[in-house]
Amino acid sequence: MTSSSNQNTEFKARFRQTLGTFTLDVDTHLPAKGVTALFGPSGCGKTTFLRCLAGLEKAAEGSLTMGGKIWQDQSTFLPTHKRPIGYIFQEASLFPHLTVRDNLNYGMNRSKETVNEGNVEETANLLGLNKLLDRHPDYLSGGERQRVALGRALLTSPRILLMDEPLSALDQMAKEDIIPYLEELRRTLSIPIVFVSHDIREVERLADHMVLMDEGRITASGPLIEMLSNPALPFAQADQTASILEGSVVSYNQDEQLTEISVEGHPILVPGKIGETGESRRIRIAASDISLSREKPSETTILNVLPAVIQSVEALEAGRFNIFLGLGQENQCKVIARISSLSQKKFAFAPDQTVYLQIKGVSMIEKY
Amino acid sequence: MTETIWLTTKLAAVTTVLLLLFGTPVAWWLARSKAWWKEVIGAVLSLPLVLPPTVLGFYLLIALAPDSPIGQLIQAVFGTTLPFTFEGLVVGSCIYSLPFVVQPVRNAFEAMGDRPMEVAATLRASPANAFFTVALPLARPGLITGAVLGFAHTVGEFGVVLMIGGNIPGETRVLSIAIYDHVEALEWGQAHLLSGGMIVFAFIVILIMMMADRQMRRRAQ
Repeated sequence: MTSSSNQNTEFKARFRQTLGTFTLDVDTHLPAKGVTALFGPSGCGKTTFLRCLAGLEKAAEGSLTMGGKIWQDQSTFLPTHKRPIGYIFQEASLFPHLTVRDNLNYGMNRSKETVNEGNVEETANLLGLNKLLDRHPDYLSGGERQRVALGRALLTSPRILLMDEPLSALDQMAKEDIIPYLEELRRTLSIPIVFVSHDIREVERLADHMVLMDEGRITASGPLIEMLSNPALPFAQADQTASILEGSVVSYNQDEQLTEISVEGHPILVPGKIGETGESRRIRIAASDISLSREKPSETTILNVLPAVIQSVEALEAGRFNIFLGLGQENQCKVIARISSLSQKKFAFAPDQTVYLQIKGVSMIEKY
Repeated sequence: MTETIWLTTKLAAVTTVLLLLFGTPVAWWLARSKAWWKEVIGAVLSLPLVLPPTVLGFYLLIALAPDSPIGQLIQAVFGTTLPFTFEGLVVGSCIYSLPFVVQPVRNAFEAMGDRPMEVAATLRASPANAFFTVALPLARPGLITGAVLGFAHTVGEFGVVLMIGGNIPGETRVLSIAIYDHVEALEWGQAHLLSGGMIVFAFIVILIMMMADRQMRRRAQ
C-alpha cells in the first residue's frame, strides 16, 4: 500500500516554545519503527509537540531531523506541505466540497512519490470505503469520515504517520469501527506512526513505544510494555493497572474453543479463536485478575498457571500491594499482580522468591 | 431608457468583478492576519457603510479633480481625468460598494477557521494551491452573497454618482439619476416604469440570495 522504505526514519526533535503561561520544552528521539504514543493529561503539550513535528506549529527554538534530513533548525523551516507526512486530525476534517473519491485523490495527486495504478481502489478496499467513494462527507458517519481521512493521508505515501487523538471525537461504536483498521495498519505498515492519546486503553492496544508528557515536558519514554510495569511510573499504581504481554499464536483447539498463545515459552490459553498460527498478539492481564500461590496449585479451575520470580514488592494506599514479577528465562517479561495487605502479611512475599501466577482466564485478553 | 439600463448594468458588473478580484485577497488578509492594526484597515474599508454617499462623492471629486495631485498623476499616466466619466464612476462605485463585498467574504473565511488550510498543507498543497482549491470553494456562499450585494448596491447608488459622475447620457446617467430626472421633469410614467423595475429587481435579488442560503444550509446538514 505504501512504498516500503528501509531508510532511517528516526526523528530527532528538540522544541522550545512558550505560549502564554505554557512552555513546551522537549528534546527526544522517536523510534524509526512501530507505533509511538504521546501520552499525558490534556494540556500537557502532546498535541503541540505533534504539530511541531508536522510543521503546523513553528517552535521559536527548535531543531528537527527526520532520517538525517533537516526539517527545522536555526536557519531552516521546511513548510508542512513539503514534509512527507500523513496527518490525522482529531476531527476527520474532510473537505466538504469534495466527494470521498476526490478527498482521497487530493493528497495523492499532489504527492511527489510515485503511486501505483489502482491505489485508490486498493486503499478504499483496505479501509472498507468502496461503497462510499461517490458520497459527500456530509453523508458519512463519524467512523467512516475518520477512515476516509486515514486513507487520504496514506495515499500521499507518507514516510511517517502522525495522528492527533484520532479516536477521541468518536463515540464508542465508531471507535470499535475504526480500531481494527488501525490495528491492521500497525501490523502491515512499514512506516512509523506517532499518535497522541490521553486514553491508556487506546495506548495499550496500539502502541509499541510511549512518550509520557506532563506540563510541556517529557517525563519518561521507552518501550510500552516496560513503561507500564515500571514501578517508578504512575501506571503501576493506577486502579485499573494491567500488564501487556506480547506472544505468538500457537494453535487453536476447536473442541474447547481455546487459543494457545506462547509468551516467553509459557503457554497461555485464551478463549475464542485468535489470529493465525505464528502471528504475534498482545495479551492484557489486569493486575487484580492475578492471584499468587507459593506452591504450584494442583487442583484449580484456573487454566493459566505460570511460574514467575518476584522482582519487587510495593505498598500502595488503601491497604493494597503491587507485586512485580518476572516471567521467562531472564525474567525479562514483567507482570504486575495486585494483592491485599492482608495477603501480603500472611505470605510475606519478597524479591527473588518463586511463585505461581493464577490468571483468571475470562478477563485476560483484549479483543484483537 | 435601454441605454440607461445597459449603462447601469455595465457599471454594476464591472464594479462587482473588480471588487471580487481585489476584495477577496483583502478579505483573506483581514480574516487571517494576526497584525493588531488590521482592524484599523478594516474600519477604514468599512467607512462607506456609514458615511453619507454625498460626503464620499465630495471627497472623491476633490481627490480626482484635474488640479489635485492624484488627478494630475492620473492625467500624466492615462492622459485623461476621471470626474464625469464612466471610469470615474467605476472608481467611485468600487470604493462605495467595497464593504458590501469584503465583509461577507471575510466572514466566510473566518467561519472556515485554520483547519482546512492545515489539512491541505498536510496533503502537500502549497498555500496558494490550497487557497484556490480549498479556501475559495469553501467560501463560495460568502462570495455569492458579496457579489450579489455589491452588484445590487452599485445599481442603487445615487449620491456618489451625482457628485463625481453628473448626468451625461450614455456615460454617467445611471438608473437612479434617470429616475430623479424624470420626477424633476414630472414624467411620472417613465419614473414609474424604472422604479417599478427596480422593485422587481431588488425582490429577485433578495429571493435568489435567500434561496441560495437555504440551499447551502441544507447541504451543510
